[in-house]
Amino acid sequence: MSGASDRPPPTIDVVGLTKTYQMGDVKVEALRGVTFKIEPGEMVAIMGPSGSGKSTAMNLLGCLDSPTEGSYRLDGEDVEGLSEDALADIRLRKIGFVFQSFNLLPRMTAREQVELPLMYAGARKRRDRALEALATVGLADRVDHSPVELSGGQQQRVAIARALVTRPQLLLADEPTGNLDTASAVEIMDAIEQLNQEHGITTILVTHEMEVALRARRVIRLRDGLLEKDEVME
Amino acid sequence: MTAADGFRVAFRALAANKLRTALTLLGMVIGVAAVITLMSIGAGVQTSIEERIREAGTNLLSVSPGATSNRFGGFRTRGGSGGVRTLTAQDADAIEEANIRGITALYASRSFNGSFVSAEGAVQASVNGVSEVYPAVRNAEIGTGSFFSADDVERASRVVVIGDTLATDLFPNGDAVGETVRLNTQPFTIVGVLASDGGSTFQSNDDSAFIPLPTLTSRVNPSKTSAGDDVVSSIVVQLVDESDATVAGVTQAIENLLLSRHDSEEQDFTVGSQADQIETISEITATMSLFLGAVAGISLLVGGIGIMNIMLVSVTERTREIGIRKAIGAKRRDIMSQFMIEAVAVSMGGGLAGVLLGVAISLGLNDLGAGAEQPTGGGGPRGNPFAGGLTTTITLEPIILALVVSVVIGLVFGIYPASRASRLAPIEALRYE
Repeated sequence: MSGASDRPPPTIDVVGLTKTYQMGDVKVEALRGVTFKIEPGEMVAIMGPSGSGKSTAMNLLGCLDSPTEGSYRLDGEDVEGLSEDALADIRLRKIGFVFQSFNLLPRMTAREQVELPLMYAGARKRRDRALEALATVGLADRVDHSPVELSGGQQQRVAIARALVTRPQLLLADEPTGNLDTASAVEIMDAIEQLNQEHGITTILVTHEMEVALRARRVIRLRDGLLEKDEVME
Repeated sequence: MTAADGFRVAFRALAANKLRTALTLLGMVIGVAAVITLMSIGAGVQTSIEERIREAGTNLLSVSPGATSNRFGGFRTRGGSGGVRTLTAQDADAIEEANIRGITALYASRSFNGSFVSAEGAVQASVNGVSEVYPAVRNAEIGTGSFFSADDVERASRVVVIGDTLATDLFPNGDAVGETVRLNTQPFTIVGVLASDGGSTFQSNDDSAFIPLPTLTSRVNPSKTSAGDDVVSSIVVQLVDESDATVAGVTQAIENLLLSRHDSEEQDFTVGSQADQIETISEITATMSLFLGAVAGISLLVGGIGIMNIMLVSVTERTREIGIRKAIGAKRRDIMSQFMIEAVAVSMGGGLAGVLLGVAISLGLNDLGAGAEQPTGGGGPRGNPFAGGLTTTITLEPIILALVVSVVIGLVFGIYPASRASRLAPIEALRYE
């Protein structure tokens, strides 16, 4: 590598990120060339009205989909042109997801949900690590409960534990409080903020709620597939 | 992901849908049980037919007209049909007169379908022209009266020995021995009735009648060669023992003798041993077993399609789960193996249960057969392949075959749903529902 950079590479480095979907005969340009960097340890909110391309951005940043054009380096690693399995491996090692609808598996206890990524990673001491992650999000007493026995806030905390158990560089939270009541939403945002501050996990919040966005120190606004504003909050 | 993890994940999914899993399993269970049962019935039939031939004596040779035919009990490979008229009663006399070492007794025979009329009944039956040595050579038991004598054969007397069923048909109200019956309008005296041999349609004498061969050839159903000799359909030779040396020696001697007598370029007759006979029948019954197994195999195939069907439903139903697993970092092969293990677990579980059920049914049929087999008594405790119950023989091959096939079915019918699951795009799978 070049000698110029003795600091770690940006966690996210996208240049001219473009995504075009073919919907029947119509071409939909969800992202039309977006460029930004996110440094390690940052907490950034991506905001925008529906149709602004923020979900597409989330899928691309999360390596769930590949851009049509533009480059994306995640933690210094070029993600472009990687196979589906290679992308799965990056998701496994570097990214933790928190979804609006929790996306827990039915009929599995909280501990088993959290063990899942460790299982795919072939990690050892899965049980201990899962219990530790659940304790971090304050669910030490609910480890043997399945999703139907947990409240929305608790389910989202299980999801957060599942996301952080592999110690990822990047936490991607897609409307993490969208399905929660105000009290639970505050709890979840506290948990995410704590992870960012205490564990230094780079965090991206995709949201349309100002309250959520205000937790971040930087807000990237998208509109019509373009970067509208990139501002640091004080 | 380790193999143990794969099994854990798959079994959880199966346990989550118990009824569905059980019904899918049932398809395999029925298929495998059918294969095991039918093949053990086939093997049982084969065993009991072979037993019957052995009981009739394995120290027999059969000379039949035509090349490469083999007709002890009516089975033949090729040739040797009724149209071949190359074997004669005079051939039999020649063999007897040649005093071949190793021969203890022999008789020539021919049969035709005759109609019997008595005061109390009328019936069609197979009439065999044989000699007085028949019961000794073929282990035929006389029930009442006696077999006809050498004297009767010598004089071509109108005497007849009839099978048990025939006796009942012709004289339902009493003893047939001593009565007169008309065979193709000629009066015959019944001198004996054979003991029932169990009524099996294979080599059973219950529906047959026996008259001296000379009576048949001269009085009832004459059939002459162009040279004026009496045509016969077989010559049965009893040997002192069943050793290979005796069989080979006598076979060679008879062949030499008949070749010189027949004065033909090609061998126009066949000498077959009981071993040949058993071999031929084994081939036929093995083919039958295979055929039965193949028919049952169709239900296995149906079971396999059932597995595929349910797996496809399961993949669609769990699209979101697959999406979540992929988002978390599951690779294609992780998803693939999860569904493959499910499919193979169902097919193999069904296979194992099917083997148990099949063996249980086979054993049950056997018990049933043993209980119902000898209602009339008299044949001795032997396997009866067609009448009464069924004799089944459970062998290892169909069991192993069924298990292997069920695993293969799981693999074959699981691979498409599993690969479909593994190829789902993560974002679309996550968006599902």
